[in-house]
Order: sequence, then structure tokens, then C-alpha cells
Amino acid sequence: MILVFGEIRDGQLKKASLEALSTARRVGETSGLKVGAVIVGSLTEETKESFQRCGADIIYCLSHPLLGSYSSSGYSNALAQLVTEENPEALLLAATAMGRDLAPRLAARLRVGLASDCVRLELKEGVFEAVRPIFAGKAFLTVQASSSPFLATLRPNVFPVVEKASSSLEVEERKVDLDEDMVKERVEEIIRGEQEELDITEAEIVISGGRGMKGAENFQLLRELSALLPQSAIGASRSAVDAGWIDHQHQVGQTGKTVSPTLYMAFGISGAIQHLAGMSSSKYIVAVNKDPEAPIFKVADFGVVGDLFEVIPHLKEELKKFKS
Amino acid sequence: MNIFVFVKRVPDTESKIRINPTSTNIVFDGLNYILNPYDEYAVEEALRIKESQGGQVTVFSVGPDEAQAILKKCLAMGADEAVLIKDESEELYDGWRTARIIVAALQQHYPDFDLLLFGKQAVGDDNSQVPAMVAEMLGLPQVNVVTKLEIQGSQGVAYREIEGAHEKVVFSLPAVISAQKGLNEPRYETLRGIMAAKRRQIPVLPLEQLGLTEEEIKPKVAVVKVEAPPPRKAGQVIDEEITEAVKKLVAFLHEEAKVI
Repeated sequence: MILVFGEIRDGQLKKASLEALSTARRVGETSGLKVGAVIVGSLTEETKESFQRCGADIIYCLSHPLLGSYSSSGYSNALAQLVTEENPEALLLAATAMGRDLAPRLAARLRVGLASDCVRLELKEGVFEAVRPIFAGKAFLTVQASSSPFLATLRPNVFPVVEKASSSLEVEERKVDLDEDMVKERVEEIIRGEQEELDITEAEIVISGGRGMKGAENFQLLRELSALLPQSAIGASRSAVDAGWIDHQHQVGQTGKTVSPTLYMAFGISGAIQHLAGMSSSKYIVAVNKDPEAPIFKVADFGVVGDLFEVIPHLKEELKKFKS
Repeated sequence: MNIFVFVKRVPDTESKIRINPTSTNIVFDGLNYILNPYDEYAVEEALRIKESQGGQVTVFSVGPDEAQAILKKCLAMGADEAVLIKDESEELYDGWRTARIIVAALQQHYPDFDLLLFGKQAVGDDNSQVPAMVAEMLGLPQVNVVTKLEIQGSQGVAYREIEGAHEKVVFSLPAVISAQKGLNEPRYETLRGIMAAKRRQIPVLPLEQLGLTEEEIKPKVAVVKVEAPPPRKAGQVIDEEITEAVKKLVAFLHEEAKVI
């Protein structure tokens, strides 16, 4: 069996977990491996249907009163119990904030290795093989586990969600054996910003600004553009973040986040090597820059040489026209 | 408060990374090395806690002799002590091995601490594994990707970054914390600090003194290949009147990227 951790946030199953489930289904099929999903807490009808559509054969629901809110040690302990009982060939998690926090702890508990933030996964003659970026994408490693089960986190937005329903679906409730000493840290509260924002790692479109934005107030232009583009989020280069124009949560690049959206739009970003590393795996790249020699144009699918302060208002108008 | 900080020597983020075609690794010759940027936030946070609450800051690095340079930088920033856990092996991209080495060093030589601070990831291996693995191996609480940390007595509150929000996490000391950009603004070394650090002898703890068998630190993830990223072809660059250029851009978004 290939087991997939289903991450629930605000009662909703993360799309990245369905990406992992679809991947498990794809690689498992060739070897006749079953696909199991595991969640912590109770299963909603909506989550159950999502799992079924993407091909889960069985869903395990782990429950314990101490697991009401996320805890790395509590969750990893609970998952390790299921792994010990079910002995899966592999366990996949989405490389989300939760997955990145949980997976290494779980790996240490199970005494296995971990392939972090993978962008490809195959099962070849019984051996799991994953490809993962290093140096924020300046190079790629192909890795195999020398321990079992194979444990990996998969980068969100890279693997497709494939709907391929399983013929039957079992649901199993599992009691977890835990006491208070084993839950060593606890999420007390989730604090959101004023505006509900989509994270750049999860967005379909990332609209980024760099030094050419000239000031914090001008990021409003990007937000206005974002309002016209579905599933978009605001990104930034390191210089914009270091200048204090926007929070570091938005930073793309080697000391920020690596993103792979369908569309990456770079406004006033010259394209330093650290920045290119963080966004070169985007499907399409659009760049707007005054300098025709800017390195960003070397990776852009579509470049506009021009002043972003002229381009953005025109672009907004054209998008509005297009919509109506 | 006895605070330990774990730092790594990594290639400068401006480095071009080349692939060694005859091995399963990158070319290390000619790379310029720096203190891992995320570790700087960890060192700074340790110094701030010490300054407000008293205590001692010790910095550790697992690596070759050359890693003394980053340890000296930490001393120059204000750390009290530094220890090199000497490991001559090439980068193996395996968190398990490093975590095992750190845990053995702590258990056998440095068992008394209140806080273990790390950077949230080393730029390079990009694994983000060691802090959580160390926490699990030592049975400690962990909070990763922290942008705000408050310690009061034996209790801690850390705010960790998640998608579009922060989690407020409560825990007891001793604990493992990994630092994210935004936690603080790291200080520069003072000239006096640099001069003093230059003269310091950094104690070296050789791997052989940790009583670990080869089997125990064998990487659990094996690298079978390393490749350059697929090259991206430059597309069309439009250098003409803005209204025309934008019309073409919208057509591109619709017809090719298919996002509108």
C-alpha cells in the first residue's frame, strides 16, 4: 500500500494532498499497490468524496482527544502507529507548511530517510525514485531510499490531480494510543492577516514585483491586477522585501519560496540568479522591465520592454475589456 | 539560559551551480562559502535572548575545518563559545546523518541546554529535516519556520509561518526552534568582535569521538543522479508601443498560458 497523509485545514482537505493521492494512484497502479489515505480527526462527506474521486481504496481516520489541534510530535506519533500497524511501502505527504514540519519528525521516529519537496516520483522495479531540487532549483537530485517505508513530501502545484475513482472505498476508524507527555507542542491559535491571502506556493498565478516597483505603496497596483486574475497571489523579489516594501512571506527565490505556478508575472524584477532559481519551474513566465538587457528576459516566454507604471494600467483596462 | 545554535557553511546564494558529470554531486571547487542565511537569524535570536535574560550562547557546526570561518563569524557577532564537530564527508543531502551526529554530540558531550536553535533550512540541500529529526531523537518539542519567539521561564510561545497565516504554538523548554527570515534583523560583527574571534581557538570534536558506527550514520536517502535544470528557452520580447504590447500580452495570457 501507498499511504497518503490528507491534510485538513479549516475543515477542508488541501488540494496538495489530492495531488499526492493522485500520484500514489499513478505509481501504485503499475505494481498493483493499494492506495490508502490517512487523516487526523473525523471524516467529512466532502473529504471522503474527494478521496474516492482520486482513487483511494481505504481511508484511515486517526482520532484522539489530544489531537484536536495540530502538534508535530502528536501527529507524527499517531501516524507512526498506523505505519507500524499497516506496514505500507511508502508514505507521501504534501510539502506544505504542515507536511514539511511533520515528515522529518515522522522519518526520525520510523528511522527512515526522507526525500523532501519532490517534483517527480516513479516506482521502478519495486524501487521508489524521486527527483528533488537543490539550491532552490539550480540543480536536481534523483534519490532512492535506502530504508523502508519510502517517505517523501511532494511540492504543491507540481503533480496533477487526476480523477480516477476507486471501485470500492473502505473507511476505518483507528484509536491512537497517546498520553499528554507525547504531545509536546500545541497550536493554540491560527493568526490570519487582515486580508485573506492565497499563499504564493499554492497560487495558479503569481504576480511579483521587484526593485522597479519603487515603493511599498506601488504594490497596490499588483493587488489591483491580482483582483482581475483568478487564483493569483502577490510575490516579490528579495530587494523589494529587504527594502521593507512587502512582508517576506511573499519573497520568491533562494532565501524565499520556490514557486511553480501556471503563470509567473515579473514586474520590475531584473532576474538575479537567486530569484530565477525560485521561479524557473513556472509553466509560463511573463516579464515587464524597462531594461531590454535584464536577465529575466532570458527565461521569459513573453517579455514586454517598458515601464511597469505604464504597462499595468493598460493591462488592467485590457483585462477588464476581455472579461466583458 | 543555555542556548545552542547549529550553523552550516553553504555556498553563497549568488553561486552558479555546476554539475560534476563523473559523480553524483555538484562541483565544489571555486565556490564561495557563507554562513547559511537562515542560521544568522538563529544566532541573532540566541544573542537577543541572552541579552534580555542572561545565559550563554554556544554555536556548533557539523562540517570540515573550513567551517571554522562561519563559527568565527558567530563569535564575532557575540556568541560565547563555538564547537566544530568535524565531519570531512562531502555534502550527502541526508538529514538523518547530520541529525544523528548532532544528537550523539549533545548526549555525550553537551547534555545541558534549554534551547536548540537552527535555521529553517540550509540553502543548498534545501531539506528542512535536521531540526525536526533532532527534536524527535531527543524527545523534545519543535517549532519550525518561526518568525517570532517569546521565552518566559521554562515556557515558550513561537509563531510559525504557514500558508497565508501564522500558527501560535505553545511549548515547554528545552525545545527545538528553527528560524525563518523575519524573526529579527541580524547584527553585523563589530571590528573588535572580529579581531577577538580571530584569536580564538575553536575546540574540535572529531566524528570518531562520538561512538557512532558507520551503519548508524549511513545516509538513508541515496543520491543516484544529479542534473542541471532543464534549460528554459527565451520566448518573444516585445519592444514596441505599450498599447500594442499589452494587447499581445493579453492574447498570450488567453491563447497560450490559458489563464484567462
